[in-house]
Amino acid sequence: MSVLVYTESEQNKFKKAAFEVASYAKAVAEQLGTTVTAVTINADDTSELGNYGVDKVLKVSNADLNNFNANAYAAILKQAAEAENAQVVIVGSSADSKYLAPLLAIGLNAGYASNVVEAPSSTSPFTVKRSAFTNKAFEISEIKSEIKIIGVSNNAFGLVENSGSAAAEDFSPSIPELGVKVESVDKATDKVTIADAEIVVSAGRGLKGPENWGMIEELADVLGAATACSKPVSDLGWRPHSEHVGQTGKPVASNLYIAIGISGAIQHLAGINASKVKVVVNTDPEAPFFKAADYGVVGDAFEVVPQLIEKLKTFKAQQ
Amino acid sequence: MNILVCISHVPDTTSKINFTDGDTKFDKNGVQFVINPNDEFGLTRAMWFKEKQGANVTVVNVGGAETEPTLRKALAIGADAAIRVNTEATDGFSVAKQLAKVVEDGGYNLIIAGRESIDYNGGMVPGMLAGLIGANFVNNCIGLEVDGTSATATREIDGGKETVSTALPLVIGGQKGLVEESDLKIPNMRGIMMARKKPLTIAEPIDAAIGTTSVSFEKPAPKGAVKLVSPENLDELVDLLHNEAKVI
Repeated sequence: MSVLVYTESEQNKFKKAAFEVASYAKAVAEQLGTTVTAVTINADDTSELGNYGVDKVLKVSNADLNNFNANAYAAILKQAAEAENAQVVIVGSSADSKYLAPLLAIGLNAGYASNVVEAPSSTSPFTVKRSAFTNKAFEISEIKSEIKIIGVSNNAFGLVENSGSAAAEDFSPSIPELGVKVESVDKATDKVTIADAEIVVSAGRGLKGPENWGMIEELADVLGAATACSKPVSDLGWRPHSEHVGQTGKPVASNLYIAIGISGAIQHLAGINASKVKVVVNTDPEAPFFKAADYGVVGDAFEVVPQLIEKLKTFKAQQ
Repeated sequence: MNILVCISHVPDTTSKINFTDGDTKFDKNGVQFVINPNDEFGLTRAMWFKEKQGANVTVVNVGGAETEPTLRKALAIGADAAIRVNTEATDGFSVAKQLAKVVEDGGYNLIIAGRESIDYNGGMVPGMLAGLIGANFVNNCIGLEVDGTSATATREIDGGKETVSTALPLVIGGQKGLVEESDLKIPNMRGIMMARKKPLTIAEPIDAAIGTTSVSFEKPAPKGAVKLVSPENLDELVDLLHNEAKVI
């Protein structure tokens, strides 16, 4: 028996979320009195996983799998779960993890709870707390199957350091037919993605036009943040769809969410509500976002943002 | 092309979310139900395949009789037929099994579902359905073209998108981008009249094990009042974010 965790990497290096799911897996393993086995696919150095409680690493190296493929990755995890006699399988909340988890659930005949925000409140019955109704509520869900799959929400559990060492061994599972073949990828590799970001800087129609996004990008750069936008902005074509956050866009669960010139429609607030700290900058003190925010500045974005950039640069220089 | 569009019957995006029976059940009182937005983008794309490529489009929902107005709306938008699997949708695992039976019986080769419903946000039905029927699967789909049995799809990934090639039978987890918001159709009177004559079949459920069950619900703790910082004093904001919120 063990807890299996899929630790995602990109360009052979772990994503930050990999250490968070490893930390989560360690917490579950402690509850169950067992060990943590991580599965990595084309990650170079796996030793760092030991710092987050991983006892053993099953290392898959396969040049055919440099592009994510849900069928193949799910098949690898299924074989690893069987080899390790895993009772619980932990995945993250990236687009890729959410893509493979349901396929894995069918492969293992396992119940799957996604968007889980805390360690299990009980392991018998096995209950977890997950966000639902687009962050307007939490659901306490019991996973009834013998094998359980948990999808951990980003930035919900955090990193928990452990002084351990992870023993790596090569793992060569059989790879099924891919079924879906990647033809081309269109992705800015030098930018933090909304899914991985600890800080998200988001702007709305208050910016008046796409030509004014320079200061938003600069603010994001200073903070090491991802950029995002409201639905009207993506509908108007000012910014790409991939930046649209909210109920029908991408969910945001960052530590800090800064909203500039966004009034705060209920659908937008729902999508970003899982963020821990929210800051709003808006000229209209009646904008609904002020009711959802922790900190607010009533002011003109064109005056506030450049000043804030300067203040943050000074602050960063002092750190 | 024989298309099945999976329709989830969900509270309207502006709904207030409350619970009853000791916080164990969603409170439907005063809530208006709609076609799940992620499914509606897929339904509209299916209409495009019907008009341009002569596809046959059936919509399906797993749920009680109260979901029929939502299916009728999908018929009014232009679907040819509807199926309601007559059982409560308790969890994604069992819903996927019910849908797999519908696909098997109807011989559908393109199944379009939303990437997730906006109520339970499970995000599992399309992938589980694909796994059960052994079809190809593209999640977070924001573009789809079909030529014979070949398909080209665009998938949203974290930080961008990718183009993939695949083949029917295919399951799509769709979202905005499959069509634009401005392409969504509001049923007209003719559509509504015609929908009344279209078949809405009640299918009996199969015996399907569940994977998860809802124990109870909680609402987020009420939010404290916003702390306002003067635009003349942004040093204070930097200080609050660093020392109080500890996020920078």
